[in-house]
Amino acid sequence: MNYTAIVDQPDESHHPTSFMAKYIWSQDHKVIAIQYSITALFVGLVALALSAMMRLQLGFPDSFSFIDPSSYLQFVTMHGMIMVIYLLTALLLGGFGNYLIPLMVGARDMVFPYLNMLSYWTYLLSVIVLLASFFVPGGPTGAGWTLYPPQTILPGTPGNDGGIILMLVSLAIFIVAFTMGGLNYVTTILQARARGMTLMRMPLTIWGIFTATILGLLAFPALLVSAIMMMLDKLVGTSFFMPAILSLGEPLNYTGGSPVLFQHLFWFFGHPEVYIVALPAFGMVSDVIATHARKNIFGYRMMVWAIVAIGGLSFVVWAHHMYVSGMNPYFGFFFATTTLIIAIPTALKVYNWSLTLWRGNIHMTVPMMFAIGFIFTFTHGGLTGLFLGNVVVDLPLSDTYFVVAHFHMVMGVSPIMVLFAAIYHWFPKVTGRFLHTGLGKFHFWMTFVGTYSIYLPMHYLGFLGVPRRYFAMGPTEFIPESAQSLNASITISALIVGVVQLIFLFNIIWSTFKGKKSGPNPWNATTLEWQTEYTPPRHGNWGGKIPVVYRWAYDYSVPGVKADFIPQNVSPQEVEMMDDKGGA
Amino acid sequence: MAIAVVILLLVLVSVVFHFVSPWWFTPIASNWTAIDDTITLTFWITGIVFIAVNGFLAYCVFRFRFDKNRRADYEPENKKLEVWLTVFTTIGVAAMLAPGLVVWGDFVTVPDDAEIFEVVGQQWHWSYRLPGKDGVLGQSAVELMDEKNPFGLNPDDINAQDDILIPSNVMHILLDQPVKVLMRSKDVLHNFAVPQFRVKMDLVPGIETYLWFTPTRLGRFEMLCEELCGMAHYTMRGQIVVDTAQDYQVWLDKQFTFRESLDAPAGDLQLGKKLYASCAACHGDNGQGNEALNAPMLAGQPAWYLTRQLNYYKTQVRGSHQQDIYGQQMAAMANTLVDAKAIKDVTAYIASLPTLAISPAAVSNGPLARSIASGQRLFTNCAYCHGDQAQGKFALNAPRLAGQHAWYLKRQLQNYRASIRGAHREDLYGTQMIMMSRLLQNEQAIDDVIAYITRLKPAADAGYLQLGSRAISATESPSITGQSRSTQEVSR
Repeated sequence: MNYTAIVDQPDESHHPTSFMAKYIWSQDHKVIAIQYSITALFVGLVALALSAMMRLQLGFPDSFSFIDPSSYLQFVTMHGMIMVIYLLTALLLGGFGNYLIPLMVGARDMVFPYLNMLSYWTYLLSVIVLLASFFVPGGPTGAGWTLYPPQTILPGTPGNDGGIILMLVSLAIFIVAFTMGGLNYVTTILQARARGMTLMRMPLTIWGIFTATILGLLAFPALLVSAIMMMLDKLVGTSFFMPAILSLGEPLNYTGGSPVLFQHLFWFFGHPEVYIVALPAFGMVSDVIATHARKNIFGYRMMVWAIVAIGGLSFVVWAHHMYVSGMNPYFGFFFATTTLIIAIPTALKVYNWSLTLWRGNIHMTVPMMFAIGFIFTFTHGGLTGLFLGNVVVDLPLSDTYFVVAHFHMVMGVSPIMVLFAAIYHWFPKVTGRFLHTGLGKFHFWMTFVGTYSIYLPMHYLGFLGVPRRYFAMGPTEFIPESAQSLNASITISALIVGVVQLIFLFNIIWSTFKGKKSGPNPWNATTLEWQTEYTPPRHGNWGGKIPVVYRWAYDYSVPGVKADFIPQNVSPQEVEMMDDKGGA
Repeated sequence: MAIAVVILLLVLVSVVFHFVSPWWFTPIASNWTAIDDTITLTFWITGIVFIAVNGFLAYCVFRFRFDKNRRADYEPENKKLEVWLTVFTTIGVAAMLAPGLVVWGDFVTVPDDAEIFEVVGQQWHWSYRLPGKDGVLGQSAVELMDEKNPFGLNPDDINAQDDILIPSNVMHILLDQPVKVLMRSKDVLHNFAVPQFRVKMDLVPGIETYLWFTPTRLGRFEMLCEELCGMAHYTMRGQIVVDTAQDYQVWLDKQFTFRESLDAPAGDLQLGKKLYASCAACHGDNGQGNEALNAPMLAGQPAWYLTRQLNYYKTQVRGSHQQDIYGQQMAAMANTLVDAKAIKDVTAYIASLPTLAISPAAVSNGPLARSIASGQRLFTNCAYCHGDQAQGKFALNAPRLAGQHAWYLKRQLQNYRASIRGAHREDLYGTQMIMMSRLLQNEQAIDDVIAYITRLKPAADAGYLQLGSRAISATESPSITGQSRSTQEVSR
């Protein structure tokens, strides 16, 4: 691979000097990553508060006069949309993707730094537009995060005017932001890897982010067109998704459109979206596990191919969200088969994480605790997916709390466990300080056990037949009174877990300034980001010399070598001279 | 160490919870036991994997915990192990998928002897249609839907004539008779789901969807909408009654065909007027109501609503609750109307009475609102069905509230909240009102919303209200707070 002269030769002249250039209009991928992360965490807190309101209503119905069916649906909708798109996608790709890609592949920055900056500010704009919908007449949309027409744009659904329009505009802006960031990530990974960093030497984190970004670039356009088409239906009176219908008894001027078409477009985006969130998490957790178990990731090549296979398959399973949507029922055969096939590479990943621990030497650090917690929650969430993916089992469970519990385990709790693992793991690189371990352990236990006590019982509400998106169950014969006490206990767990996240927030702020100093490579990790000259790394990442890569990312406990890890940029000659701290 | 123990504990808790949990599928009432079997099979397979993976995880975490004198193994790959794991996983997945697909094959193949009925969804009610003697459902279209033809059937279609219309949330079907349910929506997406039957399907406007099942147990089963359909989604309930052949026939004989509904003669106003004489004692000559006698305003109320309520009174659906004293009185009176014809005549007469408004004095003497704004905010939830001006909407089965006496509205809201009214299982929209009334969580909220309702003056009233010798122009419609000289005033 060739390098341009400017990359190899440090030129102090283009380092930013003013405060604004360094921290606000920054083109440094690390600063942009932090901007992305802070924005995503902030908007995530909003979504967390919304879920608390929702749980209050479900746990204690008829008790809160400020929650009515409309506002309840608005909480549900905004909670879901914010968590999936504006928190998880933005934090995993915009945050961790931005921070880790150049550092882990040995690049000075993203290949298009200006575009990268633009990506963040466009994302921020999408968040502002989204939050603005809380303040328009009628409030934000309450159509459910799936935004199914026709009800989304009709009276009878909260936020059917300003709310839905701002939602669609915000999504469109987000997709523009994602595309700018995503093209950058893919190009950087393909074009700017350090000498010796072959694709099959890349850490799984990069493989996860890389594949997820490609999924995003292919899937988000489906959401973009459906948002635009819905906007046209709403504002101009086209009938893409609108057949001839009544609205609250009055005929409307639509004719011939198809609501199911929207669902296909939405889930053609929506299912890959699950993996856009999951694959970076798979990658990051792999690296956390290997590092803290002091052992190479088991079956690296299979892990890579599993990520790629899952990514590919994720485009042919979308209609498993639509088994009872009224689409041609014969589709069920195809989509059930593809969906259950995707379980195989996914299961292999779980086995390989567990097998990585086998005969490892496990340091039970806070990131490792979250990573192990992830294996448990993801196993649970993945297995319940086998219920819903199998078309006939989906019939009684679809649209019930079983679905809610399943997807919260698999793409709520699990990626968030990884996010926490990743934050505790990489925080020392970002700030040069550890997060407080005691608070971290408390945070882990409360979150791990707390979320399970929310979602395990919730599956059983689903078996019982309690439908999702119900403001209240009301008098229903087949649902015993005791279901309400179950709901109340879920709410209490949820509120506790919610409050505990504030402790995590406090930990981040406190540790940024007062945390224990970590040094450049506190976990004795092999990947390049830990080998920077300075911690936190400075603009340009590598100072005078760009690392040269000699090995894969998982040389832990290599036999015959004194140190229990060999960084990727250590040459075979240097290995012989290494001491047990990994230094030459 | 601790984490290994906790993981094992969580596995144990999950297994125990699964077996002792009282929260499980409601007993099945259809032929789809194969679905339950597939779920049981899936549970066994996934349960074993869950225990195995997490058991192994906990073992590793415990056994290979940090020891400074030990070194981790170096084992990048193990082809043999990886192949075996792939094979085992594939077998496990196939073991769940194959039976699932076989059962799905049954689900998409409707048996030849299945009878059909149609379920029609709308925000936030159900109605049904049977094909009648010819066994064929007539054409329908949204464009044809109006008050006379709520199902939107084509009056020129020969197949539509004998279609049996069931404008009710309750449907009856025959025990052990396979049914194919055809589904259609008037407005947005809905979902037909009866937990005991296990199967469900969306109703999609613009297309017809279906499912089939055979009911295997007599009884009355709750039906829920399970696809978000707007703010009152959670109140969109129906019932499927599984009958013996005898009971089914009794029920069927009471239903009307499309042709009969079109040809139904209008009520006789003269006869109705005579019948009304006994109502007038309490409700007043002009249907203005009388607080002293606890009689609500009837003027302005449409015939369909009055008919429904009179039928409820006659059949003890309303007015049978012990605490509903005035309802009991009314039930006795309703029984004096001997048949459907009498009800039709009297309701036609009442519906012909001019709409009245309550006097501003009565309004201002009514419940005190903290602020009209609070009532207005609460009323937005009511307005979807009852109309922005509380004028009532036939299409949503919602009666008129405007012009009704505040004390009557209040008593009804309290009765709904306390399930004194609306809890009878044949009260089609009662459950809905019970749930909606609970949005008003205290007396102040009830007062606020009523204060707002009593100040509404539907635009439809801006005609001429003729009463006795006084002809009154309503063009100078009173403002919400202003004094009215233009609308007929009725003292409390």
